[in-house]
Amino acid sequence: MTLPVLGWQGLVILVVFGATLLIATYSTYAERVIAAFLQDRVGPDRAGPYGLAQPLADAVKMFTKEEFFPGGASRALFVFGPCLAMTTALMSSAVIPFGNSLKFGDTVIHLQGIEINVGMLYVFGMVSLGVYGIMIGGWASNNKFSLLGAIRAASQNISYELAMGLALIAVLMMSGSLSLRDITLQQSVPGEWQFWNIVKQPIGFIIFLVCAFAETNRTPFDLPECETELVGGYHTEYSSMKLGLYLFSEYINIFVASAVMSVLYFGGFNFPFQYELRDWLVSSRGLSADLAQNIIVLVGVGGMFAKIFAFIFFFMWVRWTLPRFRYDQLMRLGWTILIPLAIFNILLTGGLITAGIIPAVRQWWLG
Amino acid sequence: MQSLTNRAKLLEKKPMTLAERAYLPAIFQGLTITMRHFLRAMRKQQLTIRYPEETRPFSPVFRGLHVLKRDEAGRERCTACGLCAVACPAEAITMVAGERLKGEANLYREEKYAVSYEINMLRCIFCGLCEEACPKAAIYLQADKMAPPRYERDEFIYGKDRLVEPTDPAKRSKRGIQLTDEQATKLSGQLQPA
Ligand code: SF4
Ligand code: SF4
Repeated sequence: MTLPVLGWQGLVILVVFGATLLIATYSTYAERVIAAFLQDRVGPDRAGPYGLAQPLADAVKMFTKEEFFPGGASRALFVFGPCLAMTTALMSSAVIPFGNSLKFGDTVIHLQGIEINVGMLYVFGMVSLGVYGIMIGGWASNNKFSLLGAIRAASQNISYELAMGLALIAVLMMSGSLSLRDITLQQSVPGEWQFWNIVKQPIGFIIFLVCAFAETNRTPFDLPECETELVGGYHTEYSSMKLGLYLFSEYINIFVASAVMSVLYFGGFNFPFQYELRDWLVSSRGLSADLAQNIIVLVGVGGMFAKIFAFIFFFMWVRWTLPRFRYDQLMRLGWTILIPLAIFNILLTGGLITAGIIPAVRQWWLG
Repeated sequence: MQSLTNRAKLLEKKPMTLAERAYLPAIFQGLTITMRHFLRAMRKQQLTIRYPEETRPFSPVFRGLHVLKRDEAGRERCTACGLCAVACPAEAITMVAGERLKGEANLYREEKYAVSYEINMLRCIFCGLCEEACPKAAIYLQADKMAPPRYERDEFIYGKDRLVEPTDPAKRSKRGIQLTDEQATKLSGQLQPA
């Protein structure tokens, strides 16, 4: 890699970082508006046009609140917890391919923070590390409600990570690669009919979706911060911007989970008929091949974000529709339903691949 | 056991069917319900009244902020008799009476008038008893105005500057409890010495 390419790549990383923060910021606004609309209310509409300055007002509020340390709390860990949650949440968006590569002459820029061949494992690792942020924060608070919330978060994440990983294995069996970029590219191959993974892995997707809700601690699985039982869960004792970091990392996690689901099951930055569009641009508009490619890459980035926003909306839609699960129901769902179902899904996928049924079905479908 | 009233209902607790245990159909049903509300809100059909830009219509008999009325010639009606203060259950009204000087007949209707007249809106319970007590039809509770919120306590003590209605008849409160013409003439006939 030459220096200018590195420079461009650095810029991409900065843009991804900034976009992640911006989206997380406006998720807080979107959450309120969506919640309000689902409940026939108006939502924030005072700060700025349509209340768009509301996140800024919230940030000012968070920063100017009193910084409170509970007595008997472990000060260093108390600060470390939210920092860790935030850092890991931000790091996990690094490997997500937001677009294909832009090409300017010899310079090729991947629209992705870093391309590593174990991208999926990296995301999983980061998400699991995020639980430590919650654990440490809950433990350091010296409060039994916080501790209970933290323990719940840990056990819930472990349980659901299993089912999530098993659902993922079925995808990996078909793709043969852990790189998120490869998985995306495989879902759309020029010149042949290729379906997004959702068509091939419907069961896997549902399992993954349910687990994503549990991993991001969203309703109906927001047991770690269950107000009715645990006051505020692991962040009961937190105030000011440290609380802000926890809430923020939750929204970043939602963003990352949405991005991962778009990549794994909804074709990532691919959109239908992209190669046809490119060829049409070249043949009847007379654009150069590079320019045409760059155009569909940019449209693809738009498509990727549209998918992500759709998922974020879905997260919020579900949150304001469903009540919270009881803890034993949560555990039973995870261990006795999702994990066996995921294993069954693996066997099914394996069987279909071995029997060569998927290519056969495609042949039949295309006549 | 035989129930005495025959109103008892036997509740059957059936085991959940597979569809119920799979949660998903019920979840989907719930999602469609909330989506209907979402779409309705998108069309701006919420029932929310966006106060202070929008206000609810006041009832015609609403008892709001007080006003000290002027008569047809623009003179203050109040004669500082103190009956309102006596009637007030919250003891919100205080006043200082004074004698009308020569040449002030165009300002005050009666020979005795209120030099200062204060109502403490934090004490007032807006019962309207002052209005009923007043023999001079001088004090009314407006039906279209409320005592607005303020930051300081002493700002709630309304003096004559804020209670007496403007001299310009056009600017006076049109709503609220008003005398009909007939009542006004009758009243003035009673009060004016023949
Ligand atoms: S409305 Fe009632 S409480 Fe208020 S000043 Fe009149 S008499 Fe007193
Ligand atoms: S407002 Fe009426 S009752 Fe009160 S002092 Fe004046 S004239 Fe008397």
